Amino acid sequence: MKDAQDSYVTPDGRTIGGILMDMRNITLRFGGVEAIKDISFNIREGEIRAIIGPNGAGKSSMLNVISGFYNPQEGEVWFRGAKRPQMKPFQVARHGIARTFQNIALFEGMSVLDNVMTGRLNKMKAGMVSQAIWKGRAEREEVENREAVEKVIDFLEIQAIRKTPVGRLPYGLKKRVELARALAAEPNLLLLDEPMAGMNVEEKEDMSRFILDVNDEFGTTIALIEHDMGVVMDLSDRVVVMDYGRKIGDGSPDEVRNNQEVIDAYLGVAHD
Amino acid sequence: MSADFFYGIEVVINGLMAGVLYALVALGFVLIFKASGIFNYAQGVMALFAALTLVGVMEGQVPFSHLINAIFGTEIHHFGWHVPALLAIFLTLLVMVFFAWCVQKFVFRHLVGQEPIILFMATIGLAYFLEGVGDLMWGSDIKTIALGLPQGGSLWLEQATSGLGGDDFYGFFIDKLDIVATLVAAVLVISLIVFAQYTKQGRAMRAVADDHQAALSVGISLNFIWVLVWSLAGLVALVAGVMWGAKSGVQFSLSLIALKALPVLMLGGFTSIPGAIVGGLIIGVGEKLFEFLIGAPFLGGATENWFAYMLALVFLVFRPQGLFGERIIERV
Repeated sequence: MKDAQDSYVTPDGRTIGGILMDMRNITLRFGGVEAIKDISFNIREGEIRAIIGPNGAGKSSMLNVISGFYNPQEGEVWFRGAKRPQMKPFQVARHGIARTFQNIALFEGMSVLDNVMTGRLNKMKAGMVSQAIWKGRAEREEVENREAVEKVIDFLEIQAIRKTPVGRLPYGLKKRVELARALAAEPNLLLLDEPMAGMNVEEKEDMSRFILDVNDEFGTTIALIEHDMGVVMDLSDRVVVMDYGRKIGDGSPDEVRNNQEVIDAYLGVAHD
Repeated sequence: MSADFFYGIEVVINGLMAGVLYALVALGFVLIFKASGIFNYAQGVMALFAALTLVGVMEGQVPFSHLINAIFGTEIHHFGWHVPALLAIFLTLLVMVFFAWCVQKFVFRHLVGQEPIILFMATIGLAYFLEGVGDLMWGSDIKTIALGLPQGGSLWLEQATSGLGGDDFYGFFIDKLDIVATLVAAVLVISLIVFAQYTKQGRAMRAVADDHQAALSVGISLNFIWVLVWSLAGLVALVAGVMWGAKSGVQFSLSLIALKALPVLMLGGFTSIPGAIVGGLIIGVGEKLFEFLIGAPFLGGATENWFAYMLALVFLVFRPQGLFGERIIERV
């Protein structure tokens, strides 16, 4: 196991830094049900970290703990070297953690451009009057924000639909717009909840490419949940495996693939 | 052109102006409904409360004076000063923002995720509570708003247009107060639209109106936005309360203007600001014109009381989402 704060270089030449997010002994209960049982793992700066596991393993719950939608009963969340107090989702977002959702949460009535612009709401600091009359600081900020947003839109190749209302887009493109909105916030940590769920092979390949490019180009740290084992193994630097709320494996894709407990969880094992 | 034709035009103009006031009340409903899915039954009472507060502050009335006098046996009623109109409007706005904050803090924060019917019931409770507070705070006597708004027919307009329709036409009779109300409402609506389109808070408001979860994930505080929309609804209520109050005096029946907003909402849709405005205008013109053309000559008059509801009923049958409301699509 590599030492906590050491950075190292991956075989493909990317630098993985020290620990960005550290989950320590997280336990989450819903009434009497333990969705997450005493799980610890960390996410290093610049890496692509996957959380996998069978249905109902508690993967989404874990993502919701990181993004503040759930508050764990036990355990500590450490972010950028400091213990994070209990936070609401919007506060977590303001601390540089952006996310997408399994079932897509977009502003259906707004255009693609407006949707992506909302990702930058917290970058706007100008006063209300300045914004209303469109002068001074607000004007400069608007220009900056528009540039940043156009860059993201170009990057994800959604220029052609920038004026289209999101409600009219097909599923695969909506997923991409949601990624664009999260990226527009220039997050320190990007959480993707099943970014490839319900996609066909071609769309999956596109999305994989975008995830790798985002990580490569912007150096964004990414934590993602995914069902498709092939995709996960190709994309991620390290993998956490969950089953029934417990952590049963943690390590490089190869290590995880050869872990007997993981094989049992995925293929089923005879209980006696 | 015959005189009747010009009287018809006068009826339409007056209808448009009445419609503006309906639209103003409906606007308050739309703001809150869009952002939080709450149908705010208390909107009418908010208009009443805002108007009462404005008058009370202007005249230097001591709030809760009856209560204080009853408990301590004192005889205080007035501070003895008069607050200038602009300052009084500002202070009233502060009161409405404080009310918005209280509503969020003590009521709706605890009801997040509840069924719409429960939220609706809560606003009914809120309406009666606020009416009681208004009564206790400022007394239940009928008050007049002394904002110095012009009243009565516009003589100038009447004379300028009297030559249009021959000997039987004496010019358009239009109430100056209606003209002022229309201008104020126009300014208010334009400001609201600019606010919603171009400011950070306005964009956040539209985002919350669209999707709560997505709004949270881009760092928008739902609580803040809800206080904001209730404050804006308070501002709209103040304007509506002042305009209606200037017409008929500030009395407790003012809260019934909420009922006039219902058909407007059914026409315009509960989620559309342009819908509230156009709906208000259609109802205003419709009821005046119907009275002029059909009601008074053939039905014995007084059709204005029910025409709006009748029209709303027709809409409910043929286009339940209203003119501008989001289309209701059910996928199977």
